[in-house]
Amino acid sequence: MSLDKEFKEIPGTVIFDAEQSRKGYWLNQFCMSLMKADNRNKFKANERAYLDEWKMTEEQKQAVLSRDLNRMMALGGNIYFLSKIGATDGKSFQQMAGSMTGMSEQDYRAMMIKGGRKIDGNRKIGEDGDAQRPAKD
Amino acid sequence: MARITSSLYTSHIPAVGAAFDLGKTHEDYWKPVFAGYDFTKQWEKAHNPDVIFLVYNDHATAFSLQMIPTFAIMTGPEFNPADEGYGARPVPTVIGHPELASHIASEVIQHDFDLTMVNEIDVDHGLTVPLSCVFGEVKQWPCKIIPFAVNVVQHPVPSGARCFALGQAIGNAIRSYPEDLNVQIWGTGGMSHQLQGPRAGLINKEWDNKFLDLLIDDPKALAKMPNIDYVREAGSEGIELVMWLIARGAMADVAGGPKPKVVHRFYHVPASNTAVGHLILENAA
Repeated sequence: MSLDKEFKEIPGTVIFDAEQSRKGYWLNQFCMSLMKADNRNKFKANERAYLDEWKMTEEQKQAVLSRDLNRMMALGGNIYFLSKIGATDGKSFQQMAGSMTGMSEQDYRAMMIKGGRKIDGNRKIGEDGDAQRPAKD
Repeated sequence: MARITSSLYTSHIPAVGAAFDLGKTHEDYWKPVFAGYDFTKQWEKAHNPDVIFLVYNDHATAFSLQMIPTFAIMTGPEFNPADEGYGARPVPTVIGHPELASHIASEVIQHDFDLTMVNEIDVDHGLTVPLSCVFGEVKQWPCKIIPFAVNVVQHPVPSGARCFALGQAIGNAIRSYPEDLNVQIWGTGGMSHQLQGPRAGLINKEWDNKFLDLLIDDPKALAKMPNIDYVREAGSEGIELVMWLIARGAMADVAGGPKPKVVHRFYHVPASNTAVGHLILENAA
């Protein structure tokens, strides 16, 4: 039984299901490797060479090199795995999440302090909320 | 016999752990968050549990995509705080209760909940941030802790109904343990938050508070809510809230006893990307 199609109708959101997990297996496992300091150093010393050690697609590698989190999500990444790249770069979760919205870090932080993004207009694709913008891919 | 004296519910936001570890709890941004736990710290000292059964989720820390257990009970003797990429949190090792954990596993599996048993695992912020919020800075955690992990990362994740039923089975298992133990059950994660995509930063205050109302007064009805509603209304990571239903299912009223007493309720926006929710329910003595 596949997931309810309504999951796909939520705007600005990628649902990490078994299919995305299959597509993103090596991308996510590469991210896991960054939990070890030695691997973080190897990656930082030569990102391309380190990525080439993994069975990732070229598209996935390019998305990592350009730190395009929306693209990585579309290609099977999951945010909890991708956050290891952010940790390697010294970024907070708020910086990472904010970077996917098209907002500046300052504007995103200010939005959160004011109570966060509103749900109205952002429940379903086609409504008039501020999260309707498609991901960059 | 072992007694479940209360259940406690709280968000487990990593930035709260970082604020705690870096001594930022008195900054204006963080003050209102930590103030929500002032009552709890005193209350917990007075209630002094022997064991906490702590429901949380691993955030791609110990469970990568190599293995994704839907429900995992930690039956080992001790668990170290994990290095999640920023270095391990400087908090004490978690001491388990292998005898009670094995008893619960044995009971619950024979009631058709197919748990995974884990003896060695490092525990991440999902488990240690709630402990810091409730116990503050300590040299050792003052009681034993049985970690219980739920997959809320890869869909399909278990439904609220399944979590609520599992909580009932866990409650019955704890109450059938022969030693006289004061046990608390904690549900963690949430409340509304989304960490990904153009919809990141979503907060739904109205929905969160309705969730708290229903969790207190009508958890059976709340348990019927489908997963799509959590994701749509409370954000892609708001689905963590199904874990609160495990703790709620273990309370006495669900097994035909009296209603629990609400001793503390707290809600604040924001902590980093997330709405902070916190609730304590006490069973009648």
